[in-house]
Amino acid sequence: MSKLHVSTTVNGDTVEFLCDPRETLLDCLRDKLNLTGAKEGCGTGDCGACSVTVDGRLVCSCLVLGVEADGKSIETVEGIADGDILHPLQKKFIEHAALQCGICTPGILVAAKSLLEKNPNPTEEETRYWLAGNLCRCTGYDKIIRAVMETAEELREAS
Amino acid sequence: MALDDRKSEFTFVGTRPDRPDGLDKVTGRAKFGADMSAPGMLHGAILRSPHAHARIVKIDTSKAEAHKDVKAVVTRADFADVPFKPGLEGEFWNVLENVMAGEKALYDGHAVAAVAASSALAARDALKLIEVEYEVLPHVTDVDKAMAPDAPVIREGAADYSVPEGMHPNVVRYHESGHGDVEAGFAEADLIIEDSFVTEATHQGYIEPHACLGMLGNDGKGELWCTTQGHWIAQKTCAALLGIETSQLRVTASEIGGGFGGKTTVFIEPVALALSRKANRPVKIVMTRSEVFRATGPTASASMDVKIGMKKDGTISAAQGVFRLQGGAFPGAPGDMTAMCAFAPYNLTNVKQIGYDVMSNRPKQAAYRAPGAPMGAFAVESVIDELCKKLGLDPVDVRLKNAAHEGTKASYGPRYERIGLVETLEAAKAHPHYTAPLKPGQGRGISCGFWFNHGGETSVSLALSEDGSAQLMVGTPDIGGSRASMALMAAEVLGIPYENIRVTIADTATLGYNDVSHGSRVTYASGLATIKAAKHAVEKLCERAAAKWDIPVEAVKWENGCAVPSGPNAGDFDPMPLADITADMGRTGGPISGHFEATPEGAGVSFGTHIVDAEVDPETGKTSITRYTVIQDAGKAIHPTYVEGQFQGGAAQGIGWALNEEYIYGEDGRLQNSIFLDYRIPVASDLPMIDTVIVEVPNPGHPFGVRGVGETGIVPPLAAIANAVSNAAGVRMKQLPMSPPRILAALKDNNG
Amino acid sequence: MNYHSPASFAEASALAANATGITRFLAGGTDVLVQLRSDVVTPDTLIDIKKIDGVHDITRNADGSWTLGVAATGAEMTEHADLGRDWPGLVEAMDLIGSTQVQGRATLTGNLCNGSPAADSVPAMIAAGVTVTVTGPSGDREVAVEDVPTGPGKTSLAKGEVISAINIPARGENGGDAYLRFIPRTEMDIAVVGVAVNLRLDGDIITEARVSLGAVAPTVLLVEDCAKAIIGSALDDAALDALAAAASAACNPIDDKRGTIAFRTEVAGVLAKRAAKIAYARAKGEQA
Repeated sequence: MSKLHVSTTVNGDTVEFLCDPRETLLDCLRDKLNLTGAKEGCGTGDCGACSVTVDGRLVCSCLVLGVEADGKSIETVEGIADGDILHPLQKKFIEHAALQCGICTPGILVAAKSLLEKNPNPTEEETRYWLAGNLCRCTGYDKIIRAVMETAEELREAS
Repeated sequence: MALDDRKSEFTFVGTRPDRPDGLDKVTGRAKFGADMSAPGMLHGAILRSPHAHARIVKIDTSKAEAHKDVKAVVTRADFADVPFKPGLEGEFWNVLENVMAGEKALYDGHAVAAVAASSALAARDALKLIEVEYEVLPHVTDVDKAMAPDAPVIREGAADYSVPEGMHPNVVRYHESGHGDVEAGFAEADLIIEDSFVTEATHQGYIEPHACLGMLGNDGKGELWCTTQGHWIAQKTCAALLGIETSQLRVTASEIGGGFGGKTTVFIEPVALALSRKANRPVKIVMTRSEVFRATGPTASASMDVKIGMKKDGTISAAQGVFRLQGGAFPGAPGDMTAMCAFAPYNLTNVKQIGYDVMSNRPKQAAYRAPGAPMGAFAVESVIDELCKKLGLDPVDVRLKNAAHEGTKASYGPRYERIGLVETLEAAKAHPHYTAPLKPGQGRGISCGFWFNHGGETSVSLALSEDGSAQLMVGTPDIGGSRASMALMAAEVLGIPYENIRVTIADTATLGYNDVSHGSRVTYASGLATIKAAKHAVEKLCERAAAKWDIPVEAVKWENGCAVPSGPNAGDFDPMPLADITADMGRTGGPISGHFEATPEGAGVSFGTHIVDAEVDPETGKTSITRYTVIQDAGKAIHPTYVEGQFQGGAAQGIGWALNEEYIYGEDGRLQNSIFLDYRIPVASDLPMIDTVIVEVPNPGHPFGVRGVGETGIVPPLAAIANAVSNAAGVRMKQLPMSPPRILAALKDNNG
Repeated sequence: MNYHSPASFAEASALAANATGITRFLAGGTDVLVQLRSDVVTPDTLIDIKKIDGVHDITRNADGSWTLGVAATGAEMTEHADLGRDWPGLVEAMDLIGSTQVQGRATLTGNLCNGSPAADSVPAMIAAGVTVTVTGPSGDREVAVEDVPTGPGKTSLAKGEVISAINIPARGENGGDAYLRFIPRTEMDIAVVGVAVNLRLDGDIITEARVSLGAVAPTVLLVEDCAKAIIGSALDDAALDALAAAASAACNPIDDKRGTIAFRTEVAGVLAKRAAKIAYARAKGEQA
């Protein structure tokens, strides 16, 4: 089958690409749009390194076909910062050393941002379960959970 | 190493600044292995054996080659003719045989052919066009069965000189060491416990699959971008496997998405280069997760017998262990390491240990964080715990009573220099965790752990810029924040702000050889080399200042980022800041840089003690970890936050290994759980916060006292958790992982 | 692979009826994409049913029953407070599948059509008495969920048939449901054992019950003996023991990488008791 034309919005920008129907949204983001922030750690929806939001909903982009993105609005790690101003989560992750190798970090930031938008005051347990689909092999999650909870607290105080 | 430059008061070291690469890594900008592309790039894919053991009768690639999108197909014939040698002497042959099968497929997932095509999908589709005729052979995947007389032979002639006569050809290396008279020691014991233990193979489980982009021309010159813990070993190995000169291949390390020992060798890199040479275009290969599990190195599985005798006062009178490790279809399982580490925490009069390296039809094992040590600690520390229980002794007190210290003759031979085991045990005893009340159903366990640590070949270069900033080039890929610790150490010596130092992981063309980021060596060895390189630059800065002041260089010293006269007799000059010297360095003698190359030998062994609380559901056998404390000697913590991170990460991997992670093989010898859904690494909701205590007993072999911290943290968890489970549920688990079916079965046996 | 996104179920059914080779419907895609990417199943025809009007709707009907669109995701179900009040066990079962990310995509329909005996939502649907509307070349039919799976990876749906709606009965008075599963970790695993209990009380006495077991047989089981063990009781210890014994007796599991026969058989009884207690408490209007 010939390739399909997809028109979508990524981090606020209108983009178009052609894709094979077998290609995932993750393939398209990385290989066609050069947005390599989302990572493929498993390809089966088990690691969360490819997390993005589609119309505001947190998903694994490896479990979404590229053609399904047509007409949707996609947000990736590349869209988290406001220009050169880092999102509070990004700042807190650096400050807390909530990353070691950094491969899971884009997915975790996208997922954590989605959590805080939905629940500005998550408990530790809620945070851990929300992020259970984002595997990290380096940190033991301790510093990640602390960074998310502390960001939540700061955002609550600021608002 | 010279110890004249020891330092104990610090300005930068011990602070916790933001890591230099933090911004890149929180914005998605950092380039990992799979994030690179090149003009004209092809995509490679690898065909893998579905059989555990099979003779490759014929490979027909003609249909794949005829596919319009396929630009190259390679098999073993497209690699160099590397000589076979027994044991680890023939490691290049072993790696080549693993990278691309020769006469036989040796495990489920073994590479047999590869294609390069114009898209990743086309490459994957083309694999289905390759026809391989196999003659299936009997296989063996269990270590004890692989040693049995009737076991299928993986490869004749693979055993080295160390193996005693009469052993099965699958036993390829043998280790024996110890001292004293264990039989006499056992005769002195009031209680002897002898037991057998089994651990399954676990995978390092880095989240980033192996990925590379290679370009190799017919002129024998190449470029390789890959995710690796060591790009010089990748360079050397790829060159050997492809039959080109090492220096003609430039290797650049990408950002690395976790390694833990598993990225210390090559898998796909030589294949990408071979495909590129044939297609004359750059070729990118990215493994799938299933390929990572099936075809890259998990750790060895182990079968162990441990016997320990103890006196009523807790003194260990004798200890011996036999450790049989299975490392896949190649020599290399760290039976020797397991044996040497098993009793290393203790000051023993009588000790003997034997280690076996055994081949089976599994993927070639790779290093995994303190390779070999966790298994032995699991067996030994479980037996010590049983002895304490039966003799009514406190497990920390008994370990303190027997703890190795400075001057102790180690179980594996040498005498220890200054070490910090006692300090970690004392910190454990004093920690509120150790005496905190437990809830019903919970149990507490402790364990000690040991790892050697490593120095290794190291080259570092530091160049100063006119504006007084510095570029530091190190050759050890930054796995977990090492750019920050390098910059801190350089700042400490140069006396310029941390932020003014840019740390780059240099490619193989930029520095001399660097050993892999392994053996917990980066902060130690690259750190030491960074300090020495910075001091080398400081010498030159002092020379320039001396020339400007027209005084002898001996009369100038370096303080707080400035050249100053060394004393009142040297002259009366204002301090000359670094930037004032570099500003006109082009006219005062040329660029100022420092470098250092050596193989430092003073890595300094490392000890840790862990305390863990576990809760076992008696109806389902499910274990949850409710509290965890890591106490470890770091020598000197350069960036304490990242030291804590290493402690926490090691503990988390140990928890996974202890409870749920395992390679599961079917009767057919095929791996059954090659995705993260079924290879169960801990998720965020599985773990508690992991408390850390950094003990600092300076390593005499490092100018700032650093000991590596990366590996030791995975040594104690297996036993500490087994001991906690034993105390919580009343059953002694001798097989890992302590999965719910195993615990429930043990509970039933206990009650029935 | 041909990709289609029809505008109606009739069109979807016609596409499937006329397709050759392997056909798959794409709802949430959390199984279909995994199978596609691992070369387990590469469909010749992929029919995306998410662009059909109303497939995300969650509707409470006048009689208290519920109609769910086939693409309503786990996340959408969890966020629907009224649905959760009526059928907490069913919603929790769906919510247990995969991660937050998977919840953003996964659907009851997909979980059912994947045909896995370990599917978490299926025991809960069976216990709740859920039916599905199936649209085929000859019109619509309504099928009980327990009649859909016929074996691992297999369903009773014929060529050209597609599930077009999920029908959940009215909760009614004094009822409660619960679903529990056993996994070795706390998240991200496939059920080793799953148990759903749905019951109704008259005072303290159980008058109606449906108990369904997952991952202990080639298909999800509806176990009448379990229901009988607790109907007429106030869920006293004897009834709970009888329930556990009936659950264990109904098991016909396999030894595999996720669990052993002995383990599954034992734990089915343990979870049946625990789930029944939760369902009972919910039927009494207590928090559980």
